[in-house]
Amino acid sequence: MSKKEKLLEIKDLTIHYVTDDGTVRAVENMSLEIGKGETLGLVGETGAGKTTTALGIMQLIPNPPGKIISGEIIYEGENLIGKSPAELRKIRGNNISMIFQDPMTSLNPVMTVGEQIAEVIKLHQKVNATEAVLKAQEMLETVGIPGERHKEYPHQFSGGMRQRVVIAIALACNPNLLIADEPTTALDVTIQAQVLTLMKKLKEEFETSMIMITHDLGIVAEICDKVAIMYAGNVVEYTDVESLFTSPKHPYTIGLFNSIPNIEEDMEALQPIKGLMPDPTDLPSGCPFHPRCPKATAVCSERQPAPIEVAEGHFVSCHLFEK
Amino acid sequence: MAKKLIEVKNLKKYFETKRGLLHAVDGVNFYINEGETLGLVGESGCGKSTTGRVVLRLLEATDGEIFFEGKNILDYSKQQMREMRRQMQIVFQDPFASLNPRMSVAQIIAEPLEINKVYSSKAEMNKKVKELMDTVGLAERLVNVYPHELDGGRRQRIGIARALALNPKFIVQDEPVSALDVSIQAQILNLMDRLQKELGLTYLFISHDLSVVKHVSDRIAVMYLGKVVELSDYKSMFKSPLHPYTQALLSAIPVPEIGVKRERIILEGDVPSPINPPEGCRFYGRCRHRQDICKQQTPQLKDMGNERYVACHFAGNL
Repeated sequence: MSKKEKLLEIKDLTIHYVTDDGTVRAVENMSLEIGKGETLGLVGETGAGKTTTALGIMQLIPNPPGKIISGEIIYEGENLIGKSPAELRKIRGNNISMIFQDPMTSLNPVMTVGEQIAEVIKLHQKVNATEAVLKAQEMLETVGIPGERHKEYPHQFSGGMRQRVVIAIALACNPNLLIADEPTTALDVTIQAQVLTLMKKLKEEFETSMIMITHDLGIVAEICDKVAIMYAGNVVEYTDVESLFTSPKHPYTIGLFNSIPNIEEDMEALQPIKGLMPDPTDLPSGCPFHPRCPKATAVCSERQPAPIEVAEGHFVSCHLFEK
Repeated sequence: MAKKLIEVKNLKKYFETKRGLLHAVDGVNFYINEGETLGLVGESGCGKSTTGRVVLRLLEATDGEIFFEGKNILDYSKQQMREMRRQMQIVFQDPFASLNPRMSVAQIIAEPLEINKVYSSKAEMNKKVKELMDTVGLAERLVNVYPHELDGGRRQRIGIARALALNPKFIVQDEPVSALDVSIQAQILNLMDRLQKELGLTYLFISHDLSVVKHVSDRIAVMYLGKVVELSDYKSMFKSPLHPYTQALLSAIPVPEIGVKRERIILEGDVPSPINPPEGCRFYGRCRHRQDICKQQTPQLKDMGNERYVACHFAGNL
């Protein structure tokens, strides 16, 4: 794994939601690192804890019911947990910003797109209103929308363009870290290609670090440097993108690869992972994947596996790899 | 030569809107052979779901012909159509919205049997419901549970069991796995494949996910703004797409492999409005090979041999 300078480090992060139906263990003992200019992919299915992780980093977990139980989120050497709301407001949108999945709901319908971009700029930079509007127009141009359209409202744009407006807002203050939560899931594939190309270009231009939350391994192959595969709140495999695609190790990761139809080659039948995602309020004992795992043994239901470094920088949480 | 079960000729469906006539489906032609799967792909708003519904006469066509086993079903009376519908069923995209939340699993699956008065005794009907549940892999203990108690994958199995209840020949699958996680999606795709082989079903599989469509289809029709721009067997289409839109669409798929360098064609702009579309090729504004003729004449589907059809003035020369 690359030895780039660390930008963000997550240490033993545990986030729970306490509800009437029981405690949802959304994220359990997560440890991850993101270097400067690096893109980390966070991959998993519904309920894996991807979005909770993102909200955790932003300190936006709705409380109640959500609560950060333990752990540290160290950004540029400082722990974000325990910071005051005022301190966090300075960081959010300025140093760390987020792109949400649905561009239809994350924009304000009664504000022009220009005002929405200028809002962030005014909040974080010492500029007057006119300068902020000019900067907003520049940002629109950066994401490929003519600057003179800054006076238009979100409904006047197509889905792909709205998502680009959201990206413009997120990048307006030139953040060090961009968290993108399924930024292209709501878009058509040709529009998705436009947005991904734009994000790659911006990443190179601004050297922004990124956390890319997705369920699409194709997007991971295209844009990420490192990947964490999540299952039921746990990171089960954590490695660089080459090792993930050339030698996936965790049975869940392998199951994911076998579940997706291959576009290059013909395959007779898919090999789905048997069974269903576990109930998040009632996770299985031991390794949460063991009831669905084709290689489960007795120990898997007894003890939760710890991450094991199977190759340099390649971590797998599975008893199969214990020596 | 395979027998055609469904043939659609010059099918049109227009909707009146305040801003003008919306050409949702605008002169679509295709056929589906018995026992095969035709994939219908395209991006949002291209008219693929509307096509699926018009083929079943859930929406009335504006113009055109739909042949089922050689007979034009658009000539059928309401009564004849009711009989006909036993042969043609649909599985919807959203297993959360397409099941009545106040009906139990058994009631949902039994509904088509009741409406069509297939069985005279309750016992026979219950037996059939259990058979159907077994066929689609739903445990018998689930007969009395309600949809909200089940996950998306199981709900979609209910939708499939309901569609199978009247032993249809033809099923329209309208984005049946789009709302599901990949591990569950694979289970449902395998189930549909098995059912097709066992029961000799014919599918029209509508989806925006090209890797899924390639996996399930024998032939694929690509739609753009109300028109089929390319119709071909899946192998030739993925190996050498002929229409510039198909080429761009296929190149845009992110491939889950590393080290594969593929040239990506980035389309400019967005899909134009389907309301009062201008004469000429619908893809004109975004096509990198456009010429003057494309603006003046609407290209028709041309036979390129080997059952490949393309609607492009420069087909075969790009």
